[in-house]
Amino acid sequence: MTADMKSHRRKRRLAVLLIGTAAMAAGFLLGEIRSVSAEEAGQVDVYSYRQPYLMEPLFEAFTEETGIKVNMVYAKAGLLERLKAEGEAGPADMFLTADLPRLVEVQEAGFAAPVMTDTLSANIPAQYHEEEGRWWGLTQRARVVYASADRVPKGELTSYLGLADEKWKGRICIRPGDHPYNLGLTAAMIARHGEERTKEWLRGVKANLARKPQGNDRAQVKAIYEGQCDLAIGNTYYMGKMLADPEQRKWAEAAYIIFPDQDGAGAHVNISGATVLEGADNREEAVALLEFLSGDKAQEIYAQSNYEYPVKPGVPWSDTVKSWGEFKADTVDLAVIADLHDEALKLVNEVDFNAGS
Amino acid sequence: MVKLTPGRFGAGRKTGRLDAGPSLFSERARSGLTLLVALLVAFPVAAVAWIALTGGIGANWQHLWETVLPGYVLNSIKLAVLVGIGVFLAGTACAWLVTMHDFPGARFFEWALLLPLAMPAYVVAFVYTDLLEYAGPVQGGLRDLFGWQTPRDYWFPEIRSLGGAAFVMTMSFFPYVYLLARTAFLEQSLCALEVSRTLGCTKWDAFRRVALPLAWPSIMVGIMLCLMETLSDFGVVDLFSVQTLTTGLFNVWLVMGDAAGGAQIALVLLVFIAGLVWLERRGRIRRAYYVQTSRMRAPPRRKLSGWLGTGASLLCFLPFFCGFLLPAAILVRLSGARLSDALSLDFAALVVRSVTLGGVAALLCVAVAVGLTYSTRLGVSRPAALAARAASFGYAVPGAVLAIGVLVPFGFFDRTVNGFMEGVFGVSVGLILSGTVAALLFAYLVRFLTLAHGTVESGLKRVRPSLDMAARTLGRGATGTLRDVHLPLIRGSLLTAILLVFVDVMKELPATLVLRPFNFDTLATTAYSLAADERFAEAALPSLAIAMAGLLPVLFISRAITKARDFGASPETEVLM
Repeated sequence: MTADMKSHRRKRRLAVLLIGTAAMAAGFLLGEIRSVSAEEAGQVDVYSYRQPYLMEPLFEAFTEETGIKVNMVYAKAGLLERLKAEGEAGPADMFLTADLPRLVEVQEAGFAAPVMTDTLSANIPAQYHEEEGRWWGLTQRARVVYASADRVPKGELTSYLGLADEKWKGRICIRPGDHPYNLGLTAAMIARHGEERTKEWLRGVKANLARKPQGNDRAQVKAIYEGQCDLAIGNTYYMGKMLADPEQRKWAEAAYIIFPDQDGAGAHVNISGATVLEGADNREEAVALLEFLSGDKAQEIYAQSNYEYPVKPGVPWSDTVKSWGEFKADTVDLAVIADLHDEALKLVNEVDFNAGS
Repeated sequence: MVKLTPGRFGAGRKTGRLDAGPSLFSERARSGLTLLVALLVAFPVAAVAWIALTGGIGANWQHLWETVLPGYVLNSIKLAVLVGIGVFLAGTACAWLVTMHDFPGARFFEWALLLPLAMPAYVVAFVYTDLLEYAGPVQGGLRDLFGWQTPRDYWFPEIRSLGGAAFVMTMSFFPYVYLLARTAFLEQSLCALEVSRTLGCTKWDAFRRVALPLAWPSIMVGIMLCLMETLSDFGVVDLFSVQTLTTGLFNVWLVMGDAAGGAQIALVLLVFIAGLVWLERRGRIRRAYYVQTSRMRAPPRRKLSGWLGTGASLLCFLPFFCGFLLPAAILVRLSGARLSDALSLDFAALVVRSVTLGGVAALLCVAVAVGLTYSTRLGVSRPAALAARAASFGYAVPGAVLAIGVLVPFGFFDRTVNGFMEGVFGVSVGLILSGTVAALLFAYLVRFLTLAHGTVESGLKRVRPSLDMAARTLGRGATGTLRDVHLPLIRGSLLTAILLVFVDVMKELPATLVLRPFNFDTLATTAYSLAADERFAEAALPSLAIAMAGLLPVLFISRAITKARDFGASPETEVLM
């Protein structure tokens, strides 16, 4: 009897709980779905491999200026696969990447729509966009060598090839060889020196490593600060970001930047960029966003807050970036480097670069 | 009326059937429905297999095989073996100590040892790197202390290594084994242990020869879950630069853009795990143990005092400390200055969204798990039973690959519907499912169904078939029996299943990143985005919130399990028996 009443009460409680949960879930789902499908005019939907905290100030400035809202999905990988699965009926209007090869992948998959406007071609020099405007570079950065201020005299290293010299044995730090930034540099080396010589070079650098490739570009500078290594390979803008961070400032101050190959082909530069997608529902808005990102205001935000080199001529560099000085950049066709991406990965695998010395 | 067909039922392979009668679906309808649901869940994995099998062997395979793949495979195996041994030792030892003994802090460790579950492994990995790497405070302190100058002056274990990854994963995953072992120990009849003692077994023998074999199936399920997590992990191995099969997979799929090659590696991984599961099941069939008595008595706890007690406390403290306390403390310190951000409206919205997502996914998984398990218990056709088994392989697939497995069929469905609507009615409806919360929930269902299915299944298996028959004789239909008999009896298992799925959804990252709708952030994606931007101190707060959100259900579940200890004595079960 007691047990019966108890079980009855329990059942009622369970029913209330279940109905409550179901109602909550339904409301939640409806809300989420509606917020997604509310595709009014005045929006642009972006898939981004670039970090949200970098893009948000830019998007905010764009919305303020035009009233167009920017929606974003950010991921480190897999967005191209999402694009392929969704096809042209998919919601995305624009694709943002932090490196050119992945932009070219979007193009090769057939999703990059040609966009050519007077504003764009006036803002972005010809070597930084695809001929028909299927992709547009927005910023550039150099992949350089950081050297210990205490332990590496100026002028001791002048070229990328020099990194393979035996005198650096146990003194070099680098992030994993299969990271897109390192693949870009390796691809540039292949373009310049051919496959055989690049493989030799990779072997030499691997033999000189102070530790197994690990961490990101900043972690390498930190390792210089800690005395674990004397040379590191990294992108220029990280130096600026570390200098702006109270905790990381001391790392950056322990190192200085070497722009390699200044007597030769120049330092390797890569670009971040964007493409407007085929079948974009909001093509007009997407083009407006692209134009905005190539304009003075956005280019200056890129330069000041992310320490990148603006692609638009005449936009001032940040003071920090200026302090590193002018440099000669490699002028090899960026599309060629993107093509050599797979070759680069193969070489990295063949010498088993990530195993370390 | 209800027709009963007696037969071997409930344990091992099913041959006997319990005809459901008119109250539920006929066997054919039931089989059909089971098959349909199971196939739906198995679809993404099948899609990956399809991409793999139709792709042909590309040049990338040969290249990989000749260069780095053998090393990757070896690393994966080493990692699996180390983690397998680690979680077995930590999980079983702690469960045995806590369940059968009384020592200082035993009651506390009972639930505290579950807490590492709430901590994402990639966060734990990050915290340890920060602590133990060359530039970290530990090595820095040692250098100051002994006056060492460079890394060549001394030796220190490298945390970014296979050993380090195995350590982090063991500390993050062992609660699965602990949870299942503890439940199994609690449910063992004390009689078996007492009889073994009267037959001359020492305490150690009683554990080794009676308790352990009896609990073995549950322990193995726990170890399997850990191994699936280990083999499909990307976050930890990526952070530690340990090259495993998953690394190779990502290189081929996402760097070389070779979907077929990547899917083939994923398939190898899957076959590997299916092999393990099969071996384990075969072993279990050969050594089936049944507890014959229904009279359960709560096992009395043996008191450990003095050194033994201290030793037991220490042994339990160690994994709790490494897997939860230390990482949590560091996160609290990191987020210290920013704790006020936790009060912001945006942050509250983030917590609500993550918790709701986890809750809905957990209920969905458990509902599907109960449906599949119960219909299999009632008897379904062989293909349906097989499909129900295949539905649980999503857990072994790396999240990002699974995401692509979800994208492909969803995209196909959406494009077909859209094409049809455009062709027939001339209106484009866009994509209905892709890029919605529904896609996300489906991915969670596919990935985490195993957790719910395994837990519910083992719970339901312990309910003796005679109870079904009694309920039926007393006039309950199949649904009524489930509602009035089974569900109340396996309440503990249901809660455990909900907890496991909830906590895992809260932590899930790669699939969420790729599948989520526009402007959709969860605690995990926010922590990740902040960390990607090197804002570690800010990333600590959402990471901590993930752990805290998991805390509550962990406490809840632990209480439910402890209550199950008094199972035999409860008046409700007296009535039901």
